[in-house]
Amino acid sequence: MTMLGDRQRLAYIASQAADARLNVELETEGMTLNIGPQHPATHGTLRIICRLDGEQVVWAEPSAGYMHRGYEKLTEVRTFPQVTSLVNRIDWLGSFANEVPFILAAEKLMDIEAPPRAQHIRTILFELSRIANVSLFLGDLGVQLGAITPVFMAFRDREYVLNLIESATGGRFHPNFDRIGGLKDDLPKGWIEETRSVMRKLRTFCDEIDDLLFGNEIFQSRTRGIGVIPKDVALQYGLSGPNLRASGVDYDLRRDQKIAMAWDKVDFKVWTHPDGDSFARCWVRLQETREATLIVEKLLDTLPAGPVMAKVPRIIKVPEGEAWVSTENPLGEMGYYVVSKGDMGPFRVKIRSASFNNISIVPWLLRGVYVPDVITILASLYFILGDIDR
Amino acid sequence: MMLAVQFPYWAQSLLRVLGGLVAVLLPAGTIVYLFLFKMMSFMQSRLGPMEAGPYGSMQLFAEVGKWLQKEDIMPEKADHSIFKIAPLIVLASTFLLVAVVPFGPDALFTNFETGVFYALAVSSVSVLGILIAGWSSANKYSLLGGLRAAGQLIAYELPMVLAVVGVVIQAGTMNLQQIVVAQNAGEIFGWNGLGNPYILTQFIGFAVFMIAVQAELTQAPFDMPVAESELVSGYMTEYSGFRFLIFFIAEFATAGVFALIASVLFLGGWGIPFSWFGWNNIDQIDNWMNIVGPLIMFTKMMGLVFLIMWIRFSYPRFREDQLQRFAWKVLIPVSLGNIMLTAVLKVVF
Amino acid sequence: MPGDALRERAVDQLRAELGDALIDTLVKPGDDVWVRVRADAWHEAGIALRDAVGLDYFCFLSAIDWMPSPFGRGEDDPTQPQAERDMTIRQGYTGGETRFQLFARACSTTLHFGVTIKADIGDDMTMPTWIPCYTGANWHEREAHEMFGINFAGHPDLRNMYLPSGFEGHPMRKDFPLLARMVKPWPGIVDVEPLPGEPADSPDADGGES
Repeated sequence: MTMLGDRQRLAYIASQAADARLNVELETEGMTLNIGPQHPATHGTLRIICRLDGEQVVWAEPSAGYMHRGYEKLTEVRTFPQVTSLVNRIDWLGSFANEVPFILAAEKLMDIEAPPRAQHIRTILFELSRIANVSLFLGDLGVQLGAITPVFMAFRDREYVLNLIESATGGRFHPNFDRIGGLKDDLPKGWIEETRSVMRKLRTFCDEIDDLLFGNEIFQSRTRGIGVIPKDVALQYGLSGPNLRASGVDYDLRRDQKIAMAWDKVDFKVWTHPDGDSFARCWVRLQETREATLIVEKLLDTLPAGPVMAKVPRIIKVPEGEAWVSTENPLGEMGYYVVSKGDMGPFRVKIRSASFNNISIVPWLLRGVYVPDVITILASLYFILGDIDR
Repeated sequence: MMLAVQFPYWAQSLLRVLGGLVAVLLPAGTIVYLFLFKMMSFMQSRLGPMEAGPYGSMQLFAEVGKWLQKEDIMPEKADHSIFKIAPLIVLASTFLLVAVVPFGPDALFTNFETGVFYALAVSSVSVLGILIAGWSSANKYSLLGGLRAAGQLIAYELPMVLAVVGVVIQAGTMNLQQIVVAQNAGEIFGWNGLGNPYILTQFIGFAVFMIAVQAELTQAPFDMPVAESELVSGYMTEYSGFRFLIFFIAEFATAGVFALIASVLFLGGWGIPFSWFGWNNIDQIDNWMNIVGPLIMFTKMMGLVFLIMWIRFSYPRFREDQLQRFAWKVLIPVSLGNIMLTAVLKVVF
Repeated sequence: MPGDALRERAVDQLRAELGDALIDTLVKPGDDVWVRVRADAWHEAGIALRDAVGLDYFCFLSAIDWMPSPFGRGEDDPTQPQAERDMTIRQGYTGGETRFQLFARACSTTLHFGVTIKADIGDDMTMPTWIPCYTGANWHEREAHEMFGINFAGHPDLRNMYLPSGFEGHPMRKDFPLLARMVKPWPGIVDVEPLPGEPADSPDADGGES
């Protein structure tokens, strides 16, 4: 521009003005597109209303609530053990991880600590549910982008983890295994060796996905630079988990808070990525899955002997008080604010679910992106409807 | 004339029609079963259909029967006549395309002098069908899919045409039968053990052609128009039952026919190197070649379709601006360069 | 203990910013810290948490209805007269004067602690919005609005989050009944239909242990 002479500059301005006139004359109405609630891309019944200009999104708004089950109201009429089985179903892919913060909050109010073996096994099952959850994400990532093969590998290798969880707890998807004061049962015989071999298989799976999907040039060009979330915006919206760490914030609740679980007994790496784009989010999740398998192996090495249940009265009445416990769930930070009045059940439970905050950034994030990128961004943010809607 | 009996003209036409149907539908069926059902399943560590028939071989018939007995639904706001015609146009282009493919020294439907030109022109008829399918469905998803398809298919026509020009220069003719003869009677630097399949000299053209074919068939990584996770089914969303069956058959039949054309242009078509049998020109070929020729074509077609399907199952899809950029900024310059190189080398050698 | 000093310092910073708008605090050493502020200082408190105390991460925002539920735990037999229930409103940590309290939580990613902040909601059920403090409060305030009936002054788009737009009532209030328990109180009544041709059995009224 600086090298142009006056005549050329005038000609440029004139052509811009002609273009603008043409744009006004050809002004076409934007199209409103509903992605969902029934749609192959959304993980459940999420409806995203987009106003499009051609293929670009001008305005987008997620409309949640198609799966609202009223959890917070339901907890008010249940006893504490009943709430445990209810709460499994919030994030149904990594369901053991939902029970843990609630049980820890109740134990905090009762001033009980689970015995070390129970804490260890809780942490192992927690990490297994993380692996089960995120390995599905890795497979599903391919499907959202058009690669239909990795998802079958994901389901195949996830079966091993689900079999492990089932053999220990009795339930593949909804274990309902945590109890106030410990666990329902001890591990079955042979579980530890089986888990070690499954962790090796999972690492092979992670390498396969790394090769097949992440190394693919098309995948890289579809995800790099798409949906960049800067650090301060992520913190303002309360993004958590891998979404936050992919924007460069080094914050992991497993390492950064003292909690009655066994994470402080093992060394593990917290993965972050400076870019904050979709690729960073996917990449961080892949590394975290691998890291989770290593954590499980280290925990198995140091599993202490002992009882799995502390001494708790048969009818559990939790003393009056308020407690907040949050953990680093597969989807992000999940926390329970439990208010108790000395009854057998809670007075009020506020469930802070990760996907609610993760999706609240979508209106800000989706302005100006193309329709296929909408799918990429949603896939990389990774939400579960039960987690958004509770 | 190959047979002792002289067929009347109407019998020849009937044979041609039947042959055309077989030539289109048999590859389609085989491709669907072998590659879509079985190969994809094995690559995804599952078994695929196993119930219908031994190892699921009757699955295709079961599927056809299922689609045929479905209710004929049409959206109320759709343009009825155009909605009905659209799948037929797409299938018609496949049949038009197979009319110029030679299957043997005498086993062919027509012997156009400008076979290549005709084939490339007629392959774009399917674009019309896809466009009007998307437009007439009265559905925003279909419209988006149709528009994407139009942009993509038109963009990838050019690399396909330019890739073939190299073959035409090298063969010196646009007649597909002559191209086959030129490849199989030819020599590489004086050695005629393999004939002269143009894939060796036109490898750039072959690569560009296969990529363009992948895009013309809207297969992944170019399947934006049918991006299932975004647009449900793109331009095919509102089609169900028999009409969807036509689209489905057309997709795989076109894959087969394009692979046939690619094997004619690059792999030597129905022929085996003439030097193996001591033939020197087309009139010397024995008559059993008319039976063996189609089998050879079938094999070569299967090999190429395997390639197409393998890439389809492995790669994620391009976004359409990346797709357009790839066509215009990469494929077209590369194929233009290939043409120049071929022309220069043709004069030199 | 180091956690103690950290949280005490946060309380001091908050007191320096808010003065007497900071009504009550509770520090559980090594565990957590609760503060309660005056309703009209809710917005300033948010700014103070973000800037003075340095809590950059927004956790959540919601409300508590301190009135005990008039329906109990949904376990009453509808055929018996309802027992007298204790309906006194007793707030929790850091006290309170009103039935509804707004509470929120923010954390610091660098110092690894968080603060739970509460405020009484007056009878007009209106509170200033926290969006200028933390942008993420947008959706949380919409949810609190539909569930408790709290208005947020200054919120750009206060419509329902989960419930359909014409929904009447505010479900999380204690006087909004949980219909499932109204229809069938816990532990429920087992209806036994007699087989055709057999005499009617006496219905089993006890569904088992809870």
